[in-house]
Amino acid sequence: MDEPTDITITTEQRGEACVLFPVGDIDLSRSPVLRASMKTALDDKPQRLVIELSGVSYMDSSGVATLVEAMQLSRKAGVGLVLCSLTERVQSIFEIARLEQVFTITEDLDGALAT
Amino acid sequence: MTHAASTATDSGHAVELRILSHPTYLAGARELVSGITRRLGFDDKGSGKIALAVDEALANIINHGYKRASDRHIWIRLWAEAGPGVPGVRIVVDDEAPHVDVAKICGRDLEDVKPGGLGVHIIKQVMDSAEYSTRDPVGMRLTMVKHLNESNESGTDE
Repeated sequence: MDEPTDITITTEQRGEACVLFPVGDIDLSRSPVLRASMKTALDDKPQRLVIELSGVSYMDSSGVATLVEAMQLSRKAGVGLVLCSLTERVQSIFEIARLEQVFTITEDLDGALAT
Repeated sequence: MTHAASTATDSGHAVELRILSHPTYLAGARELVSGITRRLGFDDKGSGKIALAVDEALANIINHGYKRASDRHIWIRLWAEAGPGVPGVRIVVDDEAPHVDVAKICGRDLEDVKPGGLGVHIIKQVMDSAEYSTRDPVGMRLTMVKHLNESNESGTDE
């Protein structure tokens, strides 16, 4: 099945942290793109992986599953994973899934880099 | 052979949408559902959650019912719930996937944090009711209802 890729993900190095900036809705069609970017970032074994989500206005359970997978891979690799700048809708699905206490989530990127 | 959804239940639905079981159509289905539910009186947050529930239902059909085959059909129908009860929206999602035991359709234990398995939990959390049934001779049906209330109605304060 061909997957559309109308999501952009920019990667930046900020000190010891690798920061991903996804922009677009993350649903069943786009979550594979996010998964691939996160795996590439983890392959470089940064001290910390930050996912800045201000550009994500919508996320479904496939996106959440991708982030849970990233958390598990990060733990195995000894990399700290931080999510930041969640929009209200994305925050809402984390609350529905009761995952807001499972992840390290900060209000903004500065907070994520300071953790 | 297809078993069109419109032959299975009463008529009079406001909207019927048939999509192929390809993930690329999820965004369009969400936009349609959120647009209609806003017109029915739900606020942005409420309509967004209803669209999320429909998205999860469609994703489950694509992933589990159709095993990611992208050339099958899914029907989405919406009714405005009016009459003597509380107003809201009723949404029916039909497919032609093999029957499954509806008693076995449930969300996973949320304490067991792992990727996947959240779709049914989200649907049941977001909607006031969500019931699975089998269609004759093949296919599954999910009937969901969401009522307007003070927390999701457009023009009211939360």
